[in-house]
Amino acid sequence: MHRLRQFIDRAGWPRIIIGLVLLSLFLVAPHWGVRIDASLMDTIIRFGMNGVMVLAMIPMVQAGCGLNFGLPLGIIAGLLGATLSIELGLVGVAGFAGAIGIAIPLACLFGWGYGVLLNHVKGDEMMIATYVGFSSVSFMSIMWMVLPYHNPTMIWGYSGQGLRTTVSVDGFWAKILDNLLAIHIGPNFMFPTGTILFFALMAWLMWAFFHTKTGTAMTAVGSNPDYARASGISVDRMRTTSVILSTVYGAIGILLYEQSYGFISLYNGPFFMALPAVAAVLIGGASVNKANITNVVIGTILFQGILTMAPSVINAAIHSDAAEVVRLIVSNGMIVYALTRATRKSR
Amino acid sequence: MTQQQPLLKMQGITKEYFGNRVLTDVSLDLNRGEVLGLVGENGAGKSTLMNILFGMSVIVQTGGYAGKVFIDGKEVSFQNPFDALKAGIGMVHQEFSLIPGFTATENILLNGEILHDNIVTKLFGPRLKTLDLPEMRAIAEKSIELLGVEISPDTLVAEMPVGHRQFTELAREIHRPEMKVLVLDEPTAVLTESEAEVLLTSLRRLAATGIAIIFITHRLQEILDICDRIVILRDGQVVKEIATHDTDIGQVAELMVGRSVDTKAIATATYDTQQETVLAVEHLWVDMPGETVRDVSFEVHKGEIFGIGGLAGQGKLGIPNGIMGLCPAGGTVILHGKPIHLEDPAAALAASMAFVSEDRRGVGLLMEEPLDWNIAFTAMQVQNKFLRPLLGGLIKWRDDRAIRKVTREYIEALEIKCTGVEQPAQELSGGNQQKVCLAKAFGVEPNLLFVSEPTRGIDVGAKALVLKALRRYNSENGTTIVMVSSELEELRSICDRIAIIDEGRVAGILSPAATAKEFGMLMIGKLKNTDDKVVSHA
Repeated sequence: MHRLRQFIDRAGWPRIIIGLVLLSLFLVAPHWGVRIDASLMDTIIRFGMNGVMVLAMIPMVQAGCGLNFGLPLGIIAGLLGATLSIELGLVGVAGFAGAIGIAIPLACLFGWGYGVLLNHVKGDEMMIATYVGFSSVSFMSIMWMVLPYHNPTMIWGYSGQGLRTTVSVDGFWAKILDNLLAIHIGPNFMFPTGTILFFALMAWLMWAFFHTKTGTAMTAVGSNPDYARASGISVDRMRTTSVILSTVYGAIGILLYEQSYGFISLYNGPFFMALPAVAAVLIGGASVNKANITNVVIGTILFQGILTMAPSVINAAIHSDAAEVVRLIVSNGMIVYALTRATRKSR
Repeated sequence: MTQQQPLLKMQGITKEYFGNRVLTDVSLDLNRGEVLGLVGENGAGKSTLMNILFGMSVIVQTGGYAGKVFIDGKEVSFQNPFDALKAGIGMVHQEFSLIPGFTATENILLNGEILHDNIVTKLFGPRLKTLDLPEMRAIAEKSIELLGVEISPDTLVAEMPVGHRQFTELAREIHRPEMKVLVLDEPTAVLTESEAEVLLTSLRRLAATGIAIIFITHRLQEILDICDRIVILRDGQVVKEIATHDTDIGQVAELMVGRSVDTKAIATATYDTQQETVLAVEHLWVDMPGETVRDVSFEVHKGEIFGIGGLAGQGKLGIPNGIMGLCPAGGTVILHGKPIHLEDPAAALAASMAFVSEDRRGVGLLMEEPLDWNIAFTAMQVQNKFLRPLLGGLIKWRDDRAIRKVTREYIEALEIKCTGVEQPAQELSGGNQQKVCLAKAFGVEPNLLFVSEPTRGIDVGAKALVLKALRRYNSENGTTIVMVSSELEELRSICDRIAIIDEGRVAGILSPAATAKEFGMLMIGKLKNTDDKVVSHA
């Protein structure tokens, strides 16, 4: 009994409840003819696709800048990397590496500007971040039309200019990591080893960063900026660094997502990426000023698991084709739930 | 006057905060038309006594008080300030409680507006009554006039000079006809000398109308000027109640500051006046809110424990905060012959100075982080201690093992009570938190250590341990220490020389062996216009 109580205290009720819901979805799935192995594969792949974007939440939370609602800015850097890599005709590993290579400096540049902006609005970071996300997406919606891209796989066929809303990465670097060292078990299950390894690498880098001098200083800035300042830390510089790091992770995260998904979603695509990432890290047990890698892993598995399972089970149960509607209800419901759980640990 | 029943009588008032006794058997009487001066050092219990009188919720929440309060011979016990207001007690606080966007009239009659019925109130009830502005204006004018000042009732508070705000606040209290006892907490602190004079004249005039006044200030001259009687509090007890014409400023200062010097505490053999100068401060100004430093110069010698004392708000706290770069500052600070770049904490730390802040929770600690981080962080960031270079120094990896080791050493050396190095700082008691702050400062192995209010808010036993740790660090490592404290006795027990700060300037530097009277006189600014009298025993 005592150990149970301890476990509940450590895990927290929200995670236990969502975990039990997810488990029961898996248990009832076969009853309506939903294959467990296929669902499990979907969950794992979705975890790998989204994981790095959820990791992107950690630096800003730790530095006291709050949740990165401005993630679309990093995603735009990733999209620019992806489209430029295709424009240059890079294929395969070179294409994916090229996309990352182009995206990182752009993300650093965007992140720097974003960080400087956030340093001017201390206390209201999350509100401003949301609008940074909105306005950058709107601005890029114009840019995708007017930027001089020429590669015929990406531009509108009829006018010959402007990028399409979705660009296929087939023939460039689709599934490049999903298929790397992939393990096939039976006809319906495949483990995307490359994607998961890549996530693990990014998570390890994040972990390692927070074990360096700079990472320690960043955590201290988030924990108590006055203490950090009295220890000779430049609070603004640490905050800017955290925003740059978060933006770079957002950029790499979207590339990982795209290679698995097979398409690049331009225009309003980035809009819909920030909230699930925010929700996942909150469901994982992070607060507005403390987050770690465990929060990310648990939160992403729970969030993406529910998101995969709920629509398919419900659809099968009520014999309808409302998958998209159910998915939206579940996804936004989880986001609302997570945001109500957003706590600020008191000093 | 003494034969009639006193208007206000407080009898045997005793109050504890969490087992810490702050008032012991305090009794006082107040007659109609009398002005009573209440004096005492910071923490002597003045504010607590007045909070009890005013029924402040902090008193009820912490378990009430023992003793009785009578008004006009009837026993009263206020549960909240509204009860006190109804009974005719008014209070003017040190901080203004006025609405800046309202006019003087609106502020004076706030919640006491003159109202008229109109057609709408018949339908929707009394909340929609009309204000009688001309009548309100007249009342406000009358009560301002009573104070003998000229303030237009239509001026917005936001546009008033500070002095006028103080008068507006006073006018708000006195406009009520039931007003009997008026409590003024440091009303002249923000006023210029001429404004203060006008205020004192108004108070005399008010007293003549039969209102009794309790006047709290640390400017003793004002007390002597207008009060009939003086009650001196020290450590929660009434040490003396005396008629003004029977005393002088020196006696009051001495009674206020305290015990005659305890010679056993003064044993400072380590200090030698011939030692070289470590720190030279010239014309330092610091813009620290509430603790402005105007023009401070002093020198600190090697191996010395230099004390800085003075009353709250006079600027003593601004000195270390300014030198350590935490507040906007100017002037010259020279350490070991090299000027220190001000307004840059990193530069101050790099010059081998360290600072234990008076704001333990706000600046001193990472409350949510474990003890090892708290203790090692500054040394890690400033001096690259506890770091392992990886990839040829490209990456500076935190050496958690070394951090825990040094933390355990400090926990043992300073007797920090905790469950281990992983315990978050917020779970420790105040005294142990203070020791963590000391460990953090010791960790950078400073040549010069600033310690600000090291014993504030911690219990007596922990106080002794903290002071002992400082003294030992000073004698074992030869570290020069500058200690800022509100508690004069504490400074006298440990320091080699003590500077007293008054109104942002050094009022004088004394030896700890100087008499309480000398310290008291410096603290209340009695000698500030006579520079030649500034004494230096050291």
